[in-house]
Amino acid sequence: MTSGPPARAPLSPGHPHPSGASTQRAYLDASTVAPLLPAGRDAWLAAIDEGWADPRRLHREGRTARLLLEGARESIAADLGARTEELVFTGSHTEAVHAAVLGTLRARRRVGTRVVLSAVEHSAVLQATHFAGEPLLIGVTESGRVDVSGFTDEVGAEGVALACLQSANAEVGTRQPVAEVAEVTRSSSIPLLVDAAATAGHAAVPAGWDLLTADPRSWGAPAGLGVLAIGANTRWVSPSPADDGTERVPGAVSVPAALAAAVALRTVTAGRAESDRLRRGLTDRIRAVAATIPDTEVVGDPEQRLPHLVTFSCLYVDGEAIVDDLDRLGFAVGSGSACTASTLEPSHVLAAMGVLTHGNIRVGLPVGVTPEAVDEFCAVLPGAVARVRAMLGAEGL
Amino acid sequence: MVDADELGSEVDARGMRCPLPIIRLAAAARLAVPGSVVTVLSTDPAAEPDIAAWCRMRNAELVGQEWTADDTGDFLRSRVRVG
Repeated sequence: MTSGPPARAPLSPGHPHPSGASTQRAYLDASTVAPLLPAGRDAWLAAIDEGWADPRRLHREGRTARLLLEGARESIAADLGARTEELVFTGSHTEAVHAAVLGTLRARRRVGTRVVLSAVEHSAVLQATHFAGEPLLIGVTESGRVDVSGFTDEVGAEGVALACLQSANAEVGTRQPVAEVAEVTRSSSIPLLVDAAATAGHAAVPAGWDLLTADPRSWGAPAGLGVLAIGANTRWVSPSPADDGTERVPGAVSVPAALAAAVALRTVTAGRAESDRLRRGLTDRIRAVAATIPDTEVVGDPEQRLPHLVTFSCLYVDGEAIVDDLDRLGFAVGSGSACTASTLEPSHVLAAMGVLTHGNIRVGLPVGVTPEAVDEFCAVLPGAVARVRAMLGAEGL
Repeated sequence: MVDADELGSEVDARGMRCPLPIIRLAAAARLAVPGSVVTVLSTDPAAEPDIAAWCRMRNAELVGQEWTADDTGDFLRSRVRVG
């Protein structure tokens, strides 16, 4: 395995911080997009030279591309717990989700158009079900776990064609009870889509799905690829015009992206026990420090969670201002607050959990994060929160 | 006996983005008579979950929240009983 990139790279000039800026950067926003993993990057560069040809062609160049593509399919399928022939490559995670939802609803249109799903699904799942069906949203607890009895009750309702439950939430890290729900969907013969975008590459993907989606960017692979698995016994009809490509969805697959995703996934899967232990310890440290900041709530399940995510909300803090302050100190973090989103809407996940949506900070530790970077983050965090509160005149409220 | 509701105050946070409506609510609550109701008018969609979360964190009672409209447009009216 290639050694990791320096977790701290020189800060680009032009962003001085009044309190004395750090000269290095730490990327701590790996909740949806992780930095390129060196092993995946190497595979990507090699495949640009080797796998550029059309994999449907019969000549040597085409056969080489085909070999790389099918090797990537076999490897990713194995690491996600799918069969090779179930795996479909798409152009993005969003496209994989759209194909899963629309293709299942198309195949089951005689049954109905209702879709049972948790209120904290990925926006692509929510949008696709709104677009093509009638969503029945199931609430979550304050820790973000779906109401299982509410979910399973609705699965038994008339006209339900599909159920969707994420394996874990990408914003707060809470793992969902997929096994419990899968037992009920199976006995009701309702197909279950498990969106594993947050989990794949960081923890084992739960079994029991009929359709599975994943996002290679979350495990350090380049953008330009999505992963969809359609169970061998799942009824699915392509919602798109026919196309004589290599996949069950239209369009050519980026062979270099597929190979990079396979190598990166194999690398993080091999190192999972170690990176789980390291990152769980570091996220525990961040959780403990955040909990000492006045009027700050750490959100998400403290135990049943992904190893690399921590989310907390600070009362009277502007999400955009805190992200900017931390950025200028050299730390890239995410936020679910409305002002940091393109839509100006607060995070639907935080709202569904009934926790503060403003002042939200979302930390995602990439594989290869250093304890030093996390220590430095923990050291500057309370001061950054206090500065933003002072800016808003909110001290002592 | 004076009805505590009659001692209440109103915060007009329409047009403000979170966390400003919550900061205004907190400032009004600090000055309010315990048990009285502070009414917050807001337009930011984040205020709806955030006022509810503030009440939970501050042991205040969320008496009611409803979207309404006048000639300026839609706004949320939240009524909070200060602990």
